[in-house]
Amino acid sequence: MKQSFYERIGESVYRETLPNGLQVCIVPKSGFTKKYAFFATRYGGMDTRFQLDGKWLETPAGIAHYLEHKMFDTKEGNALQELAKNGAEPNAFTANSMTGYYFDSTDHFEENLKILLSFVSVPYFTEESVAKEQGIIAQEIRMIEDNPDWQIYMRMLQAMYSQSPARTSIAGTVESISHITAETLYDCHKAFYTPANMILAVVGDVDPYSVAELARRTLPRESGPVIPRDYGTEPECVVEKETKIAMEVSAPQFLVGFKCRSVQEGEDYLRMAVIGDLACDLLLGDSSPLYQRLYNQGLINTSFGGAYEMMPGVAYLYAGGDSRDAKTVAAEIVKEADRLVREGIDEDFYQRVRKAAFGANLRGLDSFENVAVSLTEGHFHGYDPFRFPEVFESVTREDIETFLRENVREDRMVLSEIVPKEA
Amino acid sequence: MELTRIQLMDGVYLTYLPARKFKTSLISAQFVTPLRTETASAYALLPAVLRRGTMTYPDTGALEARLDALYGARVDYTIRKKGENQCVGFVASCIDDSFVPGGERLLESVAALLGEMICDPVTERGRFVTSYFDTEKTNLIDAIRSILNDKRDYADSRLLREMCAGEAYGIPRLGDEAAAEKLQLRKLYAQYSDLIATSRLELIYCGSAGLERVKRALLAAFSTLPRETVRETAVVLPHMPRQEVLHITDRLDVTQGKLGMGCSCGSTDSAALLMGNTLFGGSSNSKLFMNVREKLSLCYYASSLYHRQKGLITVSSGIEFDKYQQTYDEILAQLAAVQRGELEDWELEGARSTLLNAYASMGDSQGKLENFYLGQAATGQSETPEELAEQVRNVTPERIFRAMETVQLDTVYFLQGKEEAAE
Repeated sequence: MKQSFYERIGESVYRETLPNGLQVCIVPKSGFTKKYAFFATRYGGMDTRFQLDGKWLETPAGIAHYLEHKMFDTKEGNALQELAKNGAEPNAFTANSMTGYYFDSTDHFEENLKILLSFVSVPYFTEESVAKEQGIIAQEIRMIEDNPDWQIYMRMLQAMYSQSPARTSIAGTVESISHITAETLYDCHKAFYTPANMILAVVGDVDPYSVAELARRTLPRESGPVIPRDYGTEPECVVEKETKIAMEVSAPQFLVGFKCRSVQEGEDYLRMAVIGDLACDLLLGDSSPLYQRLYNQGLINTSFGGAYEMMPGVAYLYAGGDSRDAKTVAAEIVKEADRLVREGIDEDFYQRVRKAAFGANLRGLDSFENVAVSLTEGHFHGYDPFRFPEVFESVTREDIETFLRENVREDRMVLSEIVPKEA
Repeated sequence: MELTRIQLMDGVYLTYLPARKFKTSLISAQFVTPLRTETASAYALLPAVLRRGTMTYPDTGALEARLDALYGARVDYTIRKKGENQCVGFVASCIDDSFVPGGERLLESVAALLGEMICDPVTERGRFVTSYFDTEKTNLIDAIRSILNDKRDYADSRLLREMCAGEAYGIPRLGDEAAAEKLQLRKLYAQYSDLIATSRLELIYCGSAGLERVKRALLAAFSTLPRETVRETAVVLPHMPRQEVLHITDRLDVTQGKLGMGCSCGSTDSAALLMGNTLFGGSSNSKLFMNVREKLSLCYYASSLYHRQKGLITVSSGIEFDKYQQTYDEILAQLAAVQRGELEDWELEGARSTLLNAYASMGDSQGKLENFYLGQAATGQSETPEELAEQVRNVTPERIFRAMETVQLDTVYFLQGKEEAAE
């Protein structure tokens, strides 16, 4: 087991790759009562087309999420109850390119960890139990369909991407999930829930060696192969410039998205994430000149914010909130990016935003979930997230200017809007 | 954790929570006043206006630049309801001194900024800046209206308003739209002067600094805080149970219906009610989760909340419109099951350990600690999480059944779709 100490952020990580290929990462946190375990597979809403036993499979949209729901079923009953009996709070989520199962507990940690590792690695479904879940997930889908934040975000992605599965909803549709059977769920489990495609991240006051030992004893000795997936070939251009719908909302909302160049995995991935985040802060963050101007003009309010996102084959910068005049805000963002590129970014402003971004990253280390998810993303995409202080130092103003010049452009922009329904 | 609570000035209290394990330090400053329709919106508007600028940093640009320079320190304004009190103020945080390159000390600077925001806001001719007032008033009205956007929150809030109509507990934390529309620039300054002079100020610190240093920093920051006779905070009045159940139906263009049910609790044995509610619908192990969701597949979420201060239990669920009666019946059947004591041992111990886990891990989150101790201070209670945990440990099944027998359905709320209504 390899121990790395990160002096600048006061953290240690113990890492080991088990003989079956599973990556184990432990971050000891002394003084904390809670212990947090996160067991994840590199498999999410995007992974609907893949090769299993030499054959390409097309699976229904929403299947990774459906599988997540059904993994809690065990031959003996339900893992939720097993964990809850020990006072652990288990849950799970499905993202675009990962599915994570987790719990936190103050007592019986190793016992709980064993339950977590077992139920995620041993599938147990019947046609009946799979059918029963249709009603529950259908209501989850209905709930998010009524959610304007989700609608506006999905519609932005669909306006940007024509081929990438980033454009499909992680939960699928009520129609797509109706095609899911126990057999397809077993296929997906076999393909993706194999140790070499997974990671166990534990955060808290634990003994790293006994955590690794427990994983070694509990999980399968051997891993299946890491299998190829197909995300399509995405052209550079967007699908449509504008998309708009009416919903039961109190005020008009918008998201403006810029389709960015996608990023190769590896150390560059973290560097690009830092560059994208800084570009976002400098362009339209709370302390940027643009934010101040638009806020004072009443074009945006405190709901306004932006972020830079990356997933396999996909990267985009987006921003939005409530606005009475989304088109003007979108145009102002492009104009400001132009100005920053033309005039150059002010050095004092750059240094101060970098300081603030460093503080924000450090702050994130107090959240166990955030630590575990960062380590997982780092493992899946080939970088070490705890090296962020060094990466912050290596990024220059010119990097940001190049990013803005290449990505924040009118021809890469889409505008997604929601307007209130007429009474 | 060694908690210290001291009086710093007349009507100003400091709750000091020392902790070395976090990356950040937190300082909260909250004015506590009885929640009233006449003042709720004005007090909700105040921190937003104060957050716009101080005499030293007169606009948000200058203020945000200062926060960036303090390594991304944050000052967020908050408006919360605790019992029948409204708490308005700021929660500030900054990275711990040990991570600041160059050994700069941030606590004093952040405390000073906080004090300045409260005691020395930017003014023109004895009033708040007109444009700040206008923008924040619009933002407040938008925020009040925006509750519509999240249908779950909307339904929960509609239920509480109808159920507690005429009681302070039914007033939303931001006040109502009509009152917000009437707010005036000139009057607001007088309301501000009155608030800061006559209401209790609760200060909460959580971080690595010693008590003496924290006291010194806060006394310096608030040295100009005016203090007159400090008003009492509100003591919660019990809900007046209805003789006949009140039924309310709203119609919106949505795809999922929301069923909310509010119950009054006759018992004052709050530890027993807390346990009873956890068994009924307070965890993923509860009767509602296991039956309404898992067994009957009626919904994605069906959960209940115990309002400790007011002695209410409210149920929230999202369902197909035509499943109204079936869900309604099942929720009441599960309540009856808890009342009759139809529980297995593991359910009881599971609920107990869920609550104990939550209390035990509270000390791992500065945000949770702040929110908890503010609630305690605002409602005149002094138990620590450890003491509340002890109460839960001692609750017997008989006490739970007796307390739950006093739980009575009072108000039913249903959010329906528009098409269904037309049929």
